[in-house]
Amino acid sequence: MFEASSLNRKNLRNERLVKASLGLMTGLLILPVVLILSTLLYKGGPVISFEFLFASPTNGMTTGGIFPALLGTILLVLVALIASVPLGVAAAIYLSEYAPDNWFTRAINLAIINLAGVPSIVHALFGVGAFVIFFKFGTSILAASLTLAIMTLPVVIVATRESLQAVPQAFREACWNMGATRWQTIRRVVLPNAVTGILTGVILEVSRTSGETAPIMFTGAAFFLPLLPQGVLDQTMALSLHLFVVSTQVPDMPEELPYGVALVLISIVLIMNSLSIALRMYLRGRKKW
Amino acid sequence: MTKEKVPARQDFDQLNRDWFIDKAVQVLVFLGGISAIVFIIGIFVFISREGLGFIFGDFSFTEFFGSPNWRPTSESNPTYGILALVAGTASVTGLAMLVAIPFSLGAAIYIAEFASGKKREFLKVTVELLAAIPSVVWGFIGLAIMNPIIIQTFNVPVGLNVLNAGVILGLMAAPIMTSIAEDALKAVPDRYREAAEAMGATRWQVIYKVVLPAAKNGLLGAVLLGVGRGFGETMAVLMATGHSINIPTSVFDSVRALTATIAAELGETAVGSPHYEALFTIGIFLFVITFIINLSADLIVRGVRKG
Amino acid sequence: MVAVVEPTAVNKLEVDRLTIRYGDHVALEDVSFEVRENEVFGIIGPANSGKTSFLKTINRMDMFDSNMSFEGAIRFNGVDVSRVRNVYGLRRRIGVVFPLPVGLPLSIYDNVALAPRLAGQKNRAELDILVERCLRRAALWDEVKDRLHSLGSMLSGGQQQRLTIARALSQEPELLMLDEFSIAVDPVTTMRIEDVLRELKKEITIILVTNLVQQARRLADRTAFFLEGRCLDVAPTEELFTGTVSDPRTRDYVEGRFG
Repeated sequence: MFEASSLNRKNLRNERLVKASLGLMTGLLILPVVLILSTLLYKGGPVISFEFLFASPTNGMTTGGIFPALLGTILLVLVALIASVPLGVAAAIYLSEYAPDNWFTRAINLAIINLAGVPSIVHALFGVGAFVIFFKFGTSILAASLTLAIMTLPVVIVATRESLQAVPQAFREACWNMGATRWQTIRRVVLPNAVTGILTGVILEVSRTSGETAPIMFTGAAFFLPLLPQGVLDQTMALSLHLFVVSTQVPDMPEELPYGVALVLISIVLIMNSLSIALRMYLRGRKKW
Repeated sequence: MTKEKVPARQDFDQLNRDWFIDKAVQVLVFLGGISAIVFIIGIFVFISREGLGFIFGDFSFTEFFGSPNWRPTSESNPTYGILALVAGTASVTGLAMLVAIPFSLGAAIYIAEFASGKKREFLKVTVELLAAIPSVVWGFIGLAIMNPIIIQTFNVPVGLNVLNAGVILGLMAAPIMTSIAEDALKAVPDRYREAAEAMGATRWQVIYKVVLPAAKNGLLGAVLLGVGRGFGETMAVLMATGHSINIPTSVFDSVRALTATIAAELGETAVGSPHYEALFTIGIFLFVITFIINLSADLIVRGVRKG
Repeated sequence: MVAVVEPTAVNKLEVDRLTIRYGDHVALEDVSFEVRENEVFGIIGPANSGKTSFLKTINRMDMFDSNMSFEGAIRFNGVDVSRVRNVYGLRRRIGVVFPLPVGLPLSIYDNVALAPRLAGQKNRAELDILVERCLRRAALWDEVKDRLHSLGSMLSGGQQQRLTIARALSQEPELLMLDEFSIAVDPVTTMRIEDVLRELKKEITIILVTNLVQQARRLADRTAFFLEGRCLDVAPTEELFTGTVSDPRTRDYVEGRFG
């Protein structure tokens, strides 16, 4: 009695076709990247070893390890975090807990979006103009980290703000009614419940900062340094820049070495991002209200 | 509380430590809040500061925007025309969008409307991880992997060209565009879909006739953001476009993008020289363009969330 | 509406020609009366009469709503609440219970210990005593005494409402304001809390906003009737029910002819 009419059957067939082609498109988007990553793994894997990670480059960087670059990236990331996390959390607290709904707040939000959207090379120019030249830090870890900090500030702000806004307003009102100040309410009820979100933002920032090349190229990172940096006013090598150098600037580079560098860099980034995703999922399961 | 009357106190109105701390925190977080505005303005101020010398010196509007001859290092007659560089950026971005838009849209529709549960989670996580791959790694991929493939497949002498960078940029921009497009599609209220389904429409018809039109603002925003990303990309295009400064006539031509030019040449200029200042002027140009793109994207997308 | 202020009684709260607005909309117009110390002052009336807005103005929670403004004066212990410098101090002396049950995402113990800790109390033994006393008075102690460290936000609705009451009591307030507290609570517990309120009024002053007319009759010494933003009557409770009233609508409401 309810047999599908020919029109229905045609519609169903169309639908299956559409679903399949869209699925195919999604696959095609992902597939090349999977292939590329496997190639990286295949060609770069053999290069990775304990020595590779902890030794310095030798023979004009055609042999040896990447330790100075690895260390440099860690230093840059650390200093950038120190600069950006307190500022970013403060900004997010302002936006979530204090900011009225007016044009000024919209301007702040627009500034955050633009800060994230400015080309990385323009950040580099800013870093040169402001930190290297104007503030006279010279090309240094400090100048490069500050440039990176400003560039990744939006990541911390957005992640923190979202986790703060997830706390129900009823909690705040209950505290205010008892005579708690805004800060007391934030400190005792809101912020503790946003910590995991802040952590997510921090991890994401680490991931972004480790991979950036342009902002540090002219502000503090160098192609090759014979010595490790001694302080924040020294220059440093960096993993991301090192990949650029070994794949474009060094003659007679053995084919596998750049693959190894790329593999290390992409592993760091992907591990960090996976951590933040895992943290988000853990959060979702552990409800407190 | 004992069983005695709680005394009426007039002394509750004291400015105590908590009151002062609260006010201090208010000031501190406000400073944090305006920091974003301060930094954006600061970026514009500092790059203008370095580029101003050029703008008021050797800069000629017609030459800068109209001439394809970017020869700042020529000793006899340095020229600062960025037309070829703009063409380089535009061609690479254009090809990238050609590649990315249909696939991002398709993937976004699939993830938002057809996939469910674990498959959907898996796809979203994958897309998010793809978006995280750094620019320099993509550049390396263009150099080491795409380059030989292009040379072999198309039988051309050089594999660092518009095609290489365009595909790479497309693969870079696609995950972000997919995420934003998927958000836009998810933002369309379910009752629109239910109403259409109640009238007997198939899933695809619902999407095509109801969801896509409703989400068009958000989708447009996603495209704009992808374009913005393409314009602003530095390392990947630096490494994958080759080094020819010319207006491309085919996808196999090598070109140079605006961003890559700055990255390639800044290290070799003397601070304060016209070349140096001209590079900063390109930076100002890039800043303004991406500012406009981001502003438009935000206005369009926010239009969706308000309505 | 003539304000009756008896010169011999101490007034906890004096309301003087109060008008409350949300933008252009008038929520409460030209209200004047006093609330005396150690009385239970009831406020009855249908929804949207301005009762909740009134409570919000007393402890200056209107400051969090940019749309809200008021004219006229409210004096708490003789101090004009709109001229107070440390509004947090004001709020500490006034406890509020709103109909929405809220368990803060802290342990039950910390929920009730929050107010005294904010006031500077650090002594663990004294906090223990206070927490127990407030939870007992809120008719919650027996149910939670063995799990004081579990999350207050995970309790049932009725338990969270009692927890809210316990928190209000933990402030050791001079004035306790309850806004339709029995909505989220079962009838037996409502009775227990009403008993507590009857005892409490010897120590503090209570404003009881209720939609249960009989509850006002049971508990309130004097009662005000709010209708559509105006205060139509303020009188000793029994008079509203059996004596003479200023406005016939008061008697209509009290006898259930509308509401």
